[in-house]
Amino acid sequence: MSIEESNNPMASSTTTPQPVNEQPRRARFTPKAILLALLPLVLLAGVLALIVATDAGLGERAVPPIETLNVQQVLLPEPGMIELEVVNAGPDPITIAQVMVDEAYWQYEIAPGPTLERRDTATISIPYPWVQDEAHGIALLSETGVLFETDIPVAIQSPVADRASFAQFALVGLYVGIVPVSLGLLWYPSMRRLGRQGMNFVLALTVGLLAFLAVDMWGEAQEIALGAVGFLDAPVLVPLLVLLTVALLVVVGNSLRGRTGESGGLGLAYRIAGGIGLHNLGEGLAIGAAFALGEVALGVFLILGFTLHNVTEGVGIAAPVVGERPRLVHFAALAAVAGLPAILGTWIGAFTYSPFWTTIFFAVGIGAILQVIYEVGRLIVRSQVKAGEPAMTWTTFGGVAAGIAVMYATGLLVAA
Amino acid sequence: MAGAVAGVPLLLSGNSTASDHGATPTADGLGTQVEHAEHSPSATIGDIDVSRLSIDPSDFIQTFDYGEATTMADGTVVREWELIAIDREIEIAPGVFFPAWTYNGQVPGPTLRANEGDLLRIHFVNGGVHPHTIHFHGIHSAFHDGVTGIGRGDIQPGEEFTYEFTARPFGCHLYHCHSAPLKRHIHKGLYGGFIVNPDPAKHGDQAKARHPDHPESQEWQEFVMVMNAFDTTFDAGNEVYAINSVAFHYMKHPIVIDRTRPVRVYLINLTEFDPINSFHLHANFFNYYDTGTTLEPTLRTVDTIMQAQGQRGILEFSYTDHEPGLYMFHAHVSEFAELGWMSVFDVQ
Repeated sequence: MSIEESNNPMASSTTTPQPVNEQPRRARFTPKAILLALLPLVLLAGVLALIVATDAGLGERAVPPIETLNVQQVLLPEPGMIELEVVNAGPDPITIAQVMVDEAYWQYEIAPGPTLERRDTATISIPYPWVQDEAHGIALLSETGVLFETDIPVAIQSPVADRASFAQFALVGLYVGIVPVSLGLLWYPSMRRLGRQGMNFVLALTVGLLAFLAVDMWGEAQEIALGAVGFLDAPVLVPLLVLLTVALLVVVGNSLRGRTGESGGLGLAYRIAGGIGLHNLGEGLAIGAAFALGEVALGVFLILGFTLHNVTEGVGIAAPVVGERPRLVHFAALAAVAGLPAILGTWIGAFTYSPFWTTIFFAVGIGAILQVIYEVGRLIVRSQVKAGEPAMTWTTFGGVAAGIAVMYATGLLVAA
Repeated sequence: MAGAVAGVPLLLSGNSTASDHGATPTADGLGTQVEHAEHSPSATIGDIDVSRLSIDPSDFIQTFDYGEATTMADGTVVREWELIAIDREIEIAPGVFFPAWTYNGQVPGPTLRANEGDLLRIHFVNGGVHPHTIHFHGIHSAFHDGVTGIGRGDIQPGEEFTYEFTARPFGCHLYHCHSAPLKRHIHKGLYGGFIVNPDPAKHGDQAKARHPDHPESQEWQEFVMVMNAFDTTFDAGNEVYAINSVAFHYMKHPIVIDRTRPVRVYLINLTEFDPINSFHLHANFFNYYDTGTTLEPTLRTVDTIMQAQGQRGILEFSYTDHEPGLYMFHAHVSEFAELGWMSVFDVQ
C-alpha cells in the first residue's frame, strides 16, 4: 500500500472531509469554543484534586506501606568493597535501616541518603572482605523490617572502565561480531555460482536463521525485562515495540519503493545486517554482563559458541545481493553494520548494564528481523512465481529447516 | 570455681536492684574503649532512640521488679503487679522497627522477682487487639495456668484477670503469653523473666547470697539477659538476634562491671524458630545453675552453655584476677552473634 492509500482511511475517520473546509474550521475556534475544549481538562483537574483531598473516600490508609526495592547493580570495584545500586520501584518511600552481608550486620554507607522516595536511586558501599570465586549474599533491611535480598553468585572484581579493559572487550566483540560475519560473507563468490534453486535454498536458509534469532531474542527479551525496574513495565513493551518497529520499517520500505521503485537487493542486505547487528549487540551484552557478574568460566566457551553461531549470519546478509555485484566497500560496510554492535554490546554489558535498555534494544531487534524475514520471503516468492513454482517447495522448506537447525545446533555450544 | 567466686572480698556495699548502679560509662578513660568496640565493621550502624523502646536496655538489664509488697497478718508477703498487653512498635536495631505485642509496652516485659513463698497477684489487662494470657513457669493451679482453652483461658481484648499463686520453686524462671497460635504470640514479644529467690530458712546459708534480705547478696552484681530474636519478615526465620531485644546494644553500650565484686547473670532463652541459643563468655569461666533451682552448680567451670527455648539458668563468675578491659560474651552460634547477639562487659 502507498502513503496515499494509508492516509485515506485516516481522513475518512474524521468528521470534516478535506482542506476545502479550512475557513469554517478556523472560525469554530472562538474563545468560547476554546473554553469549551478546556472544560473537560478543568473538570478532570477538579476530580483529581477531590480524589487526593478525600483519599478517594477510602479514608486514611491503614495498610502498611508497600515496599519494593530493585537492586540494579552489584559491583565489586576493589577487594574489600561491595557496591550496590538500588532503586525504589514501589509506590511508597523506603528507608534502608541496616545491611547484612552473609547473614551478618555490616557497616555501610548510603548515598545520597537512607530514605528513597519513589523512583529514587541510591548507592550503598559496604566495606566487606569478599572472597574471590565464592558466593555472597546481601540483604537490605528496611525500617519496617522488610528484607531485600540479592546475591553475588561468584565474587570477582568488577571490570573497571579503563583503556585496557575497553580494548579487551572490543577484542571479544570483534571475535563474536565482525569476524564470523566476515567469514560468512566470504561464501559470496561460491553463492554466485548457485542456480535459482540453490539461491532460493540459501535465501530460505536466511529466513530460517532469522526466525531462530527472532524467537531466541524474544525469550531473552522477556527474561531480561523481568529484571528491569517494575514500574517501567518492560515486559509489556516487548511485543508493542516489536509491532511498532515492524510497522515503521514497512512504512519506510513503502515510501522508499514509492520513490525508487522496487528496492534493490543491497538495501535489503543492509536491513538484514541492521537487524542482525541489533541481535549481535544483544550477544555482546550477554558476554559483557557474564564477565561483569563473574561468570567468566563460561566466558571463553560463550565466545567460541557465538563465533561459530554467527558465521551463518554472513551467509544471510550476502544472499540478497547474489544477483547484483556490489562494490567491495559495501561488504566491509555490511560486516561493520552487523558486527560492530557486538563490541558496543560488550562495553555496555560489562560497564553499565541496564535491563530496561537491553529489553528495548532486543525488542527493536526482533522487529527488524521480522521485517527482514518478510522481505526475504518476498524475494523467494517472486523468484519462484517467475519460474512457475509454488513458494513452498522441498527446496525452500529444506532451506528454512536447515537455517533453524544450524542455528540451534551451534546455539547449543553457547548454552553449554 | 565456686571458691573463686566466693573468695571475692566484700569491698563495696552493692545492690541487686541496681537502680543506682553506674551503668553509664563516664567519658574519661572509657571513651577510647567504647570507641574501639564500635569500630568493628561487623555490626549495625547508628544507635537506637531508647525513648522509642520505652526501656533503656542498659537499665533493663539490671532492673528487677519486686512489685507492690504488703504483709498479711500471718506474715505472708503479698506481691502485686499490673501487666498490660499493649501493641507497640519497638526499635530492635537502629532504624529498624518491629510491630510488637508487649507487656507494659516493653520487650522483654518487666523482670518480676519475688522471694520463695510470697503470694503473687499479677493483674493482667489485655489492651491489645488479640486474646492474650500470661503463662508462668512455676507451680500454680490449672485455672491460673494462662493457656488458651484451659482454666481461665484467653483474656479477650479489654478484659482483665488476676493470676494468683505462691512463688515456688526458687530459681530463674520466665513468663510468656500462651494464646494460640503460640509461636506468633511469643515471638511478637510477650515474655519476660520471673525470678524466685531461695529462702535461707529452708535451704540454709548458701541461699543468702541470692536473697536480698541478707547482706551476703549485696556484693553481687546481677543482670537479667533474655536471649530473644525478631522475625521482621514473618517468614519463620529471625532477622535480628539480641539479649534484651536490641541488636548489638551492649557492644555500643558496654555493661560496666566492678571487678572486685562477683557477677550473677539470670539467662533466659526465648528465641523463637531456632532450636537452641547459647552463651559464651570470653577469657573467663563460670558456674552454671540450670533453671536456678539448685544451690549447687549443675555445671562447673564452663565458658559456653546452650539453652533450648524456655530453658534458663544462672551464671556466676568473677573478674577479680583479670586486667580491666572489654570482655566479650555472645551466642556461640556465629550467625546469631553476627545478627546482633554480641555484647561486652567493661570490666573496671
